[in-house]
Amino acid sequence: MSKTSTIDTKERFSPGHRACIGCGEALAVRMACKVLGDNVIIVNATGCMEIVSSQMPFTSWTVPWIHTLFENTAAVASGIEAGLKVLTRKGIRDMSKTKVVAMAGDGGTSDIGLQALSGALERGHNLLYICFDNEAYMNTGIQRSSATPYGATTTTSPAGKTSVGQFAWKKNLPAIAAAHDIPYVATASPSHYKDLMNKVKKGMDVKGPAYIQILSPCPTGWRCATDNAVDIGRQAVQCGMFPLFEIDKGNYKISYNPENLKPVADYLKAQGRFRHLSDIEIKKIQDKVDHDWARLKTLASLGRTN
Amino acid sequence: VATRTGMEVSLAVSEAVKLANADVIAAYPITPQTHIVEHLAELVAQGELDAEYIPVESEHSALSACLGSSAAGARTFTATAGQGLELMHEVVYVASAMRLPIVMAVANRAVSSPLSVWGDHSDVMAVRDTGWIQIFVENGQEAIDQTICAFRMGEDRRVLLPVMVHLDGFHLSHMVEPMLFPDQAEVDAFLPPINYPLPLDPAKPVSMGDFAPPIVFTEAKWAQEINLEKSKEVILEVWHKFGERFGRNYKPVESYRCDDCDTLLMTMGSYSETAMMAIDKVREAGKKVGLLHLRLWRPFPYEELRQLAGKAKTIIVLDRAISMGMGGPVASEVRSALYPLEKKPKIVSFIGGLGGRDISPVDFETIINRGMEIAKTGSQREFEIFGVRE
Repeated sequence: MSKTSTIDTKERFSPGHRACIGCGEALAVRMACKVLGDNVIIVNATGCMEIVSSQMPFTSWTVPWIHTLFENTAAVASGIEAGLKVLTRKGIRDMSKTKVVAMAGDGGTSDIGLQALSGALERGHNLLYICFDNEAYMNTGIQRSSATPYGATTTTSPAGKTSVGQFAWKKNLPAIAAAHDIPYVATASPSHYKDLMNKVKKGMDVKGPAYIQILSPCPTGWRCATDNAVDIGRQAVQCGMFPLFEIDKGNYKISYNPENLKPVADYLKAQGRFRHLSDIEIKKIQDKVDHDWARLKTLASLGRTN
Repeated sequence: VATRTGMEVSLAVSEAVKLANADVIAAYPITPQTHIVEHLAELVAQGELDAEYIPVESEHSALSACLGSSAAGARTFTATAGQGLELMHEVVYVASAMRLPIVMAVANRAVSSPLSVWGDHSDVMAVRDTGWIQIFVENGQEAIDQTICAFRMGEDRRVLLPVMVHLDGFHLSHMVEPMLFPDQAEVDAFLPPINYPLPLDPAKPVSMGDFAPPIVFTEAKWAQEINLEKSKEVILEVWHKFGERFGRNYKPVESYRCDDCDTLLMTMGSYSETAMMAIDKVREAGKKVGLLHLRLWRPFPYEELRQLAGKAKTIIVLDRAISMGMGGPVASEVRSALYPLEKKPKIVSFIGGLGGRDISPVDFETIINRGMEIAKTGSQREFEIFGVRE
C-alpha cells in the first residue's frame, strides 16, 4: 500500500485481544498495523499491548512478534535489525525489505526504556519506534510516568490535601528523540487517523531511526467514558495539550495548526483524572500550553534548514 | 594444520569467535573482559570477520540486542564480567527461557562493593540458576576450544540454549599463552552454519515471548529444566567429536592423580593448573591427594562427580565466592550432590582468591594440609576463608 487514502482492510492485530473496553491504545496499534503491512517484525515492550495480545497459547499477531522484557525494546530491535542486515549480506536469508518496528508504552519509553531508546537512536539503526502514550503505567494500574501530564491524579501521584496530583510537566520525548539527529520524529493521535497512518508510513519509509509518539487515550486510567477515547484524543490535540507535528530531518512542521487553540479547561474537565484541579491550577496548565504552543510555532516558522 | 601462536587469552577468545564465523556481536566494555570485544571490533573493522558489531550503551542492552539477533536467526556472541553480568541479570534468564543459543564469554570478576575489577567467581554464582549451559575453562587453549564448542552445543536442535564460557578475569584473560589455533576449514567442518528453527521472519510469522498464566507457567519451566538436563548428552557428544577432530578431549569433571586417593582437592577455572603443582608436591611428601576440576557447572554433572568423588573420604573444595550467610556455593552443591551416597565423604569448605587475591602452589599445599586436619579434628566453622586477616 503506497498511500493511505484507501485503508487496508486486513487486520494484523486481531480481534480477540483482552484490552479494556474503549481502549484507545488498541485502536492506535490497529491503525498503525494497517500501514506497517506484513513485512515487519514487531518488538513489543512489556505493557498493556503485550499483555492483552499474547497470553499463551494464544496470540493476536499475524506478523512476527517478539516480547522479552520491559526496558530493552529498542535494544532487542537493534539486535534484530543487525541480524537481518548480516543475514541478508551473507546471502543466508534476504531480509532487506523487512522493517523492524518497536512498540512500547510511555513508561517503557520515557522512563525505564529511555537509555535503550537513546542508544538505538544514536547508533542509527534502521527501525521505527512507536511509543503508544497513554500517559501513565496503565498495565499495573494507573501509576504516574514521566509522560503523565501535570495535575493528573494517578495511584502514585494521588491528588490530595497537599498534592496537586502529578507534580511535574510531561516529558518532551519527541524533542529528546529529535536531539539524536534522527531523520524522522512525529506525534499522532487516533482521532486524526489519516494523519496517523501517513506518519507511520513515513516512519516506515525513512532509512534510519524514526520515532513516533501516538496519544493513546485510556478510558480506564483517564476516568472518562468508554465510548469517548477518540473524541478525548481529538480534544487533547485541539487544546494543544498534545499537539500534532513532525520533525523531519530536524525541521518542525505542525500537522494540526488551528488559528486558536481551544481552552484546556474543557479537555481537563471531561476526565476524572483532572477533576480535582482548581481554577488556579487550570490557569497554570493553560499558561504552560500557550507557552509550549508558541514555542512550537516558532520552531515550525524556521522553515526548512536542510 | 593448526598453528601454535603466543597470544593474550582474551584475544584468543575473539579469534575463536572469528573462526566460528559469528554474525552479530553486541558488546559493552568492562574490565577484565574488554580486550575480547576490542579485538572483535578490530577484526570486524579490518574486514577479517563479516559480522554486525553493535556497540551498545550498556550490558543490559548488550544481551538484549543478542536476544534480538539470535531470534532473527543470526549466530550471536557477547562477552561481559562482574558488574556487567549483574546489570544484564534479568536478560540472562530470558535468553535461556526463550531458547536462544547465544554464546557469552565471562571473564569472571568480583562484584561491588567495594569496587574490584579483579577476578573471582561472585558474578557466576549470581547467574547459577539462570538456565544457561556453563563451562569453566582452565587455560587459553581451552578458552579457544570451548568457545568453538559452545556454538555447536547451543545451536544443536536438541539443545537450543545459550552457553556461558567462564574464564578467570586477569588470571586467565590477561595471560599470554602458547595456543593452537585450528584451521578455518577444520572449524567449518566441525561447526555447521546456524539453522535456528522458526526465526523471526515474515515468511512464517511466529509470536515469541508470550506471557504465561499459572496454568502454563509450571509446564514451561519444567520443559526448560528437562531440556537443560538433557543437553548434557549433546555436550558430551560435542566434546567427543571435538576430541576426534582436534585431539583435545574434555570431560565434565577432570581428575588428576585421583586413583588411590582418600583426599581430593576440588577447584574450578584456571586455579586448577596451579593446584596440580601443589598436588605433585604433597604426593612427593607421601600424602595421597588428588585433584578434581569441575568444568561443567550447568547442567551439574552429578553422575561424573559421584563416580570420581564417591570413593574419597575427604573432599576439600575451594570456592572463589561467598554465598553470604551460607558459605561456599560450590562446596554446598558438591555436598548436596554426594549426600545420597551411602559412604559420604567429608566436605571441607574453603573460600579464597576473592577479588583477585592470588593463591600460589604453596598456598594450595597449606589448604590441603589444613583441610586434612579439619577432616580429622573437625572445625567450629562451616568454612574457612583462606589467608584472611581477621
